[in-house]
Amino acid sequence: MSIRVFVPRDTTALSLGADAVANRLAREAATRGHSITLVRNGSRGLAWLEPLVEVETPIGRFAYGPVSPNDVTALLDSGLLEGNISHPLALGPTEEIAYLARQQRLTFARIGITDPLSIEDYRAHTGFYGLEAALQREPQDIVEEVKASGLRGRGGAAFPTGIKWQTVLDTPADQKYIVCNADEGDSGTFADRLVMECDPYMLIEGMTIAGLAVKATQGYIYLRSEYPLAKEILDEAIARAEQAGYLGDNLCGSGRAFHLEVRLGAGAYICGEETSLLESLEGKRGLVRFKPPLPAIEGLFGRPTVVNNVLSLAAVPFILAEGAEAYATHGMGRSRGTLALQLAGNVKRGGLVELAFGATLRTLMEEFGGGTLSGKPLRAVQVGGPLGAYLPESQWDLPLDYEAFAAESAVLGHGGVVMFDESVDMAEQARFSMEFCKVESCGKCTPCRIGSTRGVEVIDRIRANQNREANLALLHDLCETMVDGSLCAMGGMAPFPVQSALAHFPDDFQRAANGDRS
Amino acid sequence: MNESREWSSQSIQAEINALKHKPGALLPILHALQDRFGFIPSDAIPLIAESLQQTRAEVHGVISFYHHFRTAPPGRHVVQICRAEACQAVGARQLEAHAKAHLGIDYHQTTSDREITLEAVYCLGNCACGPSIRVDDSVRGRVTPEAFDALMDELQTRPLEVMG
Repeated sequence: MSIRVFVPRDTTALSLGADAVANRLAREAATRGHSITLVRNGSRGLAWLEPLVEVETPIGRFAYGPVSPNDVTALLDSGLLEGNISHPLALGPTEEIAYLARQQRLTFARIGITDPLSIEDYRAHTGFYGLEAALQREPQDIVEEVKASGLRGRGGAAFPTGIKWQTVLDTPADQKYIVCNADEGDSGTFADRLVMECDPYMLIEGMTIAGLAVKATQGYIYLRSEYPLAKEILDEAIARAEQAGYLGDNLCGSGRAFHLEVRLGAGAYICGEETSLLESLEGKRGLVRFKPPLPAIEGLFGRPTVVNNVLSLAAVPFILAEGAEAYATHGMGRSRGTLALQLAGNVKRGGLVELAFGATLRTLMEEFGGGTLSGKPLRAVQVGGPLGAYLPESQWDLPLDYEAFAAESAVLGHGGVVMFDESVDMAEQARFSMEFCKVESCGKCTPCRIGSTRGVEVIDRIRANQNREANLALLHDLCETMVDGSLCAMGGMAPFPVQSALAHFPDDFQRAANGDRS
Repeated sequence: MNESREWSSQSIQAEINALKHKPGALLPILHALQDRFGFIPSDAIPLIAESLQQTRAEVHGVISFYHHFRTAPPGRHVVQICRAEACQAVGARQLEAHAKAHLGIDYHQTTSDREITLEAVYCLGNCACGPSIRVDDSVRGRVTPEAFDALMDELQTRPLEVMG
């Protein structure tokens, strides 16, 4: 009997040589006369163990990692194909790896287990149950279920998803749209990518349910051009879903229609802002629009449009299949369900950690992350992408909850957690925040367009110790103007990392004055 | 591969015609042209404008807004270095400086042998395993300066071509 061996094919595994490992395994197994079936699965999200090779045994899947091509011979010698655990890279049963076992995987329950493009695999793991349930229900019923789940937008703004859907449902129009925001531009985030590369049918299912809920028949996935593999996988998954009747003019024989297309962005961070994204989808420069009108009322091509993040839409199949209650029992306060956290930067065990809201940042970074990769003390952590605050140790006991973070002028955003060790220069990081805003500003409003350029200059002057006190006061003023006066979150939040660096790491802005800058 | 990158008005128009019926067709058309020719030839602008009933200024404005689109031919390989925070935390700034010195070029420049164009990128979504770079369509993780040099040598070495 042929033994099934799994070698992931997501971007991270491939970036660390998964293809070479797979080739080597196939070749050596053949030479030895072993019959193996190589499955290119998605990633389990345990990035630090990639490429993570798994072998199916009668008592479950056994994991080995991180495997390099040169390890393959020794692994086969030590009994890899029997699940032998004597090799130093052996991790035992995959499901028992503590990092994985301690998570609450609702949205990411399937990733890494299945072949991302296999509809049979997807179905075998409760795939399309949510869609089948939705097809039996009235649009208003579906919206009620999503409202009851407490799901809030996972892109960062945390707006209640069900309320947004209600607005679109209530707005009459000849055409409505579902737009998936897959412009995952925040540094330190890769959860959307994992959904698209490792479980694409979940996103397709979530968008189709959204279409049924608000009576939209056309969907677009606006995908960033930095994700070529996600594009390839999504295109193939959409083609297969159409063939199997899960997309198209007659969903599962119900007579109802939903069409889906992937559109590529073109390297503009601002297009993650929903109105800029809509402009881009319409074929224009990605300039932010004034609100109102809300996209839910006048969105894509002026029609009512649901714009949701990948993770929001990916949570929907579970809610429809298992019920709102099953989702809402997780979490704390007004933050219901689970949050996909992504441990990144200078971290020993980086990867995807899906947890109910409420765990502390410290638990996440220490118990899951295992501290820094360099082994040096952790100094600062940026949560929520390039527009998120830098948090010093005094804030690491904050619970991961939208309101708790907001109370500290911090944001959970899209769940990215970027760790920095003691070698970080926070004045340099503050400068980068302004520089990034300067590069990526859409240019529509002055505080963001000009403010970011001036921000870089002022920080440079402070770091060069020119007229320090006056320039520090100017920087505070400038940050305030940008926060209060910008049209969207780009200029409105770009000062957050700067302000937090000034507040919590003032010494770093003094280095020139103290003469200890090289 | 260089032959297929030769462009003509006919081949540009063919790409436009295949996509112009789509709602919001401009970005898909620009992607198709760049995928095929490596950049957006300036002669494409009036053809696109005519086909989409837009002004040349509008088309030019869209091309210049997006970092991804380029208006000059790149080298044989495009190498992008991630400049974002997660990669900074594990040495991206040093890698960036090393790469520029090793190749002798700055961002948005191409080596004199036309082999490599260097670009900056803000996040490749490989943030747990940085520093990351993208070479054409493939992402590499945990790129040390030594690994970078080895990779560049590999890219810049061409196999002997057999004519005929």
